[in-house]
Amino acid sequence: MIRKRRSSMERRKELAGFLFVSPWLFGFLLLMAYPFFQSLWFSFNKLSLNQDGFSLSWVGLANYHNIFFVNAWYVRNLTNAVMNMVLNVPLIIFFSLFTAVLLSQKFRGRAFARAIIFLPVVLASGVIAKLDSGNFLASLMGAASEDMEGNYSATGLTSFELVPVFLRMGLDVDLVLYLSSAVDRIYQIITQSGVQILIFLAGLQSISPSLYEAAKMEGATGYEAFWKITFPMISPLIITNTVYTIIDSFYNNSVTSMIQDTAFVQLNFGVSAAMAWVYFAVISIILLVSVGLISRRVFYYD
Amino acid sequence: MNSELKTNQDQAHSVPIVQPVVEWYNRYNPVEKAKHWLWVIVRTVLIAGICFIILYPIITKASIALRSSIDLFDPTVVWIPRNWTFDNIKLIAGHLKYPTAVTNTFLLSIGTSVLQLISCALAGYGFARLKFRGSGLLFGIVVFTIVVPPQTIMVPTYLHYRFFDVFGIYGLITGEKGINLLNSFWPFFIQSAFAMGLKNGLYIYIFRQFFRGMPKEIEEAAYVDGSGIFQTFIRVILPNTIPAIATVMLFSFIWQWNDNYFVSMFAPNHTLLARTLDLLPGIARPEYVGGAAHTSLYLNTGILLAIFPIFVLYLFAQKYFVESVERTGLVG
Repeated sequence: MIRKRRSSMERRKELAGFLFVSPWLFGFLLLMAYPFFQSLWFSFNKLSLNQDGFSLSWVGLANYHNIFFVNAWYVRNLTNAVMNMVLNVPLIIFFSLFTAVLLSQKFRGRAFARAIIFLPVVLASGVIAKLDSGNFLASLMGAASEDMEGNYSATGLTSFELVPVFLRMGLDVDLVLYLSSAVDRIYQIITQSGVQILIFLAGLQSISPSLYEAAKMEGATGYEAFWKITFPMISPLIITNTVYTIIDSFYNNSVTSMIQDTAFVQLNFGVSAAMAWVYFAVISIILLVSVGLISRRVFYYD
Repeated sequence: MNSELKTNQDQAHSVPIVQPVVEWYNRYNPVEKAKHWLWVIVRTVLIAGICFIILYPIITKASIALRSSIDLFDPTVVWIPRNWTFDNIKLIAGHLKYPTAVTNTFLLSIGTSVLQLISCALAGYGFARLKFRGSGLLFGIVVFTIVVPPQTIMVPTYLHYRFFDVFGIYGLITGEKGINLLNSFWPFFIQSAFAMGLKNGLYIYIFRQFFRGMPKEIEEAAYVDGSGIFQTFIRVILPNTIPAIATVMLFSFIWQWNDNYFVSMFAPNHTLLARTLDLLPGIARPEYVGGAAHTSLYLNTGILLAIFPIFVLYLFAQKYFVESVERTGLVG
């Protein structure tokens, strides 16, 4: 009797589960899966709009040939986007971990500092960034206030006086240039790492304080405690944040605007679909490779 | 007793200076203190620097927007305008159709975020607690949808709403080729109601994590009392989901507010903030407004106006933001 009721409850739960998920499932099939394969189909066709809808004519691989061998900009923009991503992701991860560690400590004005550091999450927007690029007056103000502010300009710190010093010290040229360019892009890096800081902070908060107490009893310094406790405990979140940062950096860049322009300005829908598919394939490969590389070194507590 | 005292005196006699130094050292621990204060100073400088870099552009924009055009060419004016004015703000608010644009953007954002909240909470609960055959696979697909850039399905999505027709039913009845839903809010609402809007996979993930972390006893008690599954969800589960609801609501509202991609595809001619802002560089071109300095003045004012409503919202809701991820249990 009890068993029968239980199983009927289980069945009702399964049915309810399907019903709860069904709006998403319907949306997925209609608005995601179908367009997803339709887009693949379009990329092998020439699509032309006319009075009653659109018509397709099969062109085979011509669209792909077009973007790789005819279009002068697609491959260049794509390489650029990938290079930017590869350069920025380590910096963003490092910066957000560092800031999260700073913000997880107790000090006066912490709530205020946190509120300011998450401000870019809220205010960052595609249009604003577009309007703000090369802000003429702000850069004038930066130039005028240079004596007071050091080498500060509209977008952040500019040239880095320590570069020749480091180079003369015999450090690797590429490394020095990479780090100094990171300083040049500090504003970009800070504004892109808001959500990552949030995730790292939550992770830091969830590490049990007893681990640190035990380490302190054994005589570990703060530095050792960071590398032996904090870093391994937080390493699964490094994957989460890397994936988030990669997706975020591919959400809005020169390639996406090119895909949009090809479709809606030049009305070359087939070529645009081919571009979008190549873009998707590149992102997937990058995500798979980076997750595969990082997950080998990740430490799971349980 | 006596001998002990004597040895102590002996020691004190043999090292007369070291003893107080050691005592002093043990009591005040100067090296540790110096390290602590050095770290406090370094930390303060770093945090202040990061805050400065974030606030600097906003302060710059406020300073630029509030100055009159005389101050633009006055080299002695750097930060604090000599002639304060609201004229720029009034002018640009007119060009942006500010009241209408803000109202429309607000309605759109509120509408989509409420719909997304409903559909994502339902899906998240289904995936977390009401497991059925294949639900693990479907959740894998949810994670996959986070990864697919919206540009991949852009062309079919556009055509889909241009000739909107579910399974050809409309076409069968009227014989026409679907309804044109572009330039309305319908595409936003449709995709939000079916959890396919902006970053909805992420919201489903947040809700699922949150529901998984809730104790099962709550629901079981409700079931024993004879409450149905849906009723339990509404009456018992949702009131305990406020942190996750607040997080998803805030993020979906703000990401919709800042969105330019869907807005320019679905509703390019609507008076929405993202659209009117996009048109601003065309209106404020140097040859129309008298030079690059004026263009920059107007663009800065426009950006300031665009971020102002969100900034005010953030002032009130920042606490929920900062605590959002911690409280939703997204991590661990």
